[in-house]
Amino acid sequence: MKHIVILGAGTAGTIMANRLTRLLTREVRSGALDITIVDRDDQHLYQPGLLFIPFGIYERRDIVRSRHATLPHHVRLLYGEIDRVDTQGSAVVLTDGRALGYDVLIVATGARTLPGETAGLTGHGWYENAFDFFSLEGAEALRTRLDAFPGGRLVVNVMDMPIKCPVAPLEFAFLADWFFTKKGMRDKVQLTYATPLDAAFTRPVAAARLAHLLAEKDIELVTEFNVGSVDGTAQRMRGWDDRELAYDLLVTVPLHGGASFVGRSQAMGDDFDFVRTHKYTLQALAAENIFAIGDATDLPTSKAGSVAHFESEVLAPNIARFLHGVPLAHDFDGHANCFVETGHDKALLIDFNYDTEPLPGDFPFAGSPLPLLEESRLAHQAKRALRWVYWNLLLPGHAVPGLSPQLSMAGKHAAPVETHTFPDPRAPQTKRGGAVK
Amino acid sequence: MSTTLAGVAVDAEGFLLHPEDWTEALAAEIARGAGIDELTPRHWLVVRFMRHRYLATGTAPTIRTLGKASGVEMKELYQLFPKGPAKIAAKIGGIPKPRGCI
Repeated sequence: MKHIVILGAGTAGTIMANRLTRLLTREVRSGALDITIVDRDDQHLYQPGLLFIPFGIYERRDIVRSRHATLPHHVRLLYGEIDRVDTQGSAVVLTDGRALGYDVLIVATGARTLPGETAGLTGHGWYENAFDFFSLEGAEALRTRLDAFPGGRLVVNVMDMPIKCPVAPLEFAFLADWFFTKKGMRDKVQLTYATPLDAAFTRPVAAARLAHLLAEKDIELVTEFNVGSVDGTAQRMRGWDDRELAYDLLVTVPLHGGASFVGRSQAMGDDFDFVRTHKYTLQALAAENIFAIGDATDLPTSKAGSVAHFESEVLAPNIARFLHGVPLAHDFDGHANCFVETGHDKALLIDFNYDTEPLPGDFPFAGSPLPLLEESRLAHQAKRALRWVYWNLLLPGHAVPGLSPQLSMAGKHAAPVETHTFPDPRAPQTKRGGAVK
Repeated sequence: MSTTLAGVAVDAEGFLLHPEDWTEALAAEIARGAGIDELTPRHWLVVRFMRHRYLATGTAPTIRTLGKASGVEMKELYQLFPKGPAKIAAKIGGIPKPRGCI
């Protein structure tokens, strides 16, 4: 009997449990293989929905379900707190002393926010005039505060990369513009977006487009702002370079780290407890029978549900290959696909991977009604439909029509438009108007 | 949009296109261009850390990694490289600009 242990029953872990159960159905049904998934509770959170809580669009009951309801019958859900992984002895040790031996381990414990790591942030004023929205409590507390906000300076801020869903803070700024416009008090609210990056986003073409949108919506952009400390009493943030930024209401995305057990497991994590992972196979560098997926990895792509979904299409067959002694496929290309909500019932879609930055064009191929990097109502409708797609297609591990695990250049225009930032020297060389592949 | 610096290809922001072109003499020249007249041993500690990490992992460290793992505290990092420690140290170390992933 072989044992697969999955750590974390969030997006990535749940997709893997469902995919593996189907892919290895004979072994699972005959009892030759068992799958155990470990989590600390029975509450599965639809994390993309957190963005909509502060604006009263979603409520808690819209984005929380039982983990049991999302997992196949043959998978055992075990509650526990993970102490560490014995990477050489192939066993997971729980804090209550239980040990789970495994033939294959899949680490899918995601990323967590670390608001306490920024000096002063969780001190005076936390959840009074300074909030995060990456937690259910934060998002709900912020909703109450936004409703009662009399006006003033609202600063949306990212402490540092990497963060989950890197477009979420931009979306928050866009939705805040829409929210206060709808309330008829936009003129009373000064919106500022402060980022440690030197542009609105990490990659040049999308950064130029998003900076343009910020300007259009009268949202001030403050770049290269690395917060050293927050003074909740004086309501100001101080940068390491001594610049100061005052706020009446601060909406921050705190520093992120991986699960703490990663740091207690030999050779598993990087400086921030993200699992050191092979870029193309998703095998962990710590041991050949350990794999990682989703936000838990250290891979240079977005921490996002779409990435976990694309990774699962590569990882599930790789785990079957590993169990059958066949070489792993180098199939993952860093593919990410995100709908960016821009307010006023519009959104824009970005599609990219390790080597190809988000480009304009049509999705999924030329002539399709869904534009890339351009606002549309259709993209907004797709973003709202995502919740249904998440519970009914993504989590069960079904393919999503029109979405392939690897990035496709179909419909994309390789020539950058209105960019005044700079090309990544490692990106494929392109001629103006030419196609990359 | 690439130019050359001392005969070596750099991008429009002055980051080396090919990290293997890097030399210590070139580092000193890039530093002067960034307003750092002399690279002290503390500068070198940071620059070598950046370069070593990039060559080992394929990713240029962010400021947060520098603060946590370079052996130099955040406050001092900004004293050494006032215009942005990660960005300037990456440029001097001949590696691509840190992007903080995406």
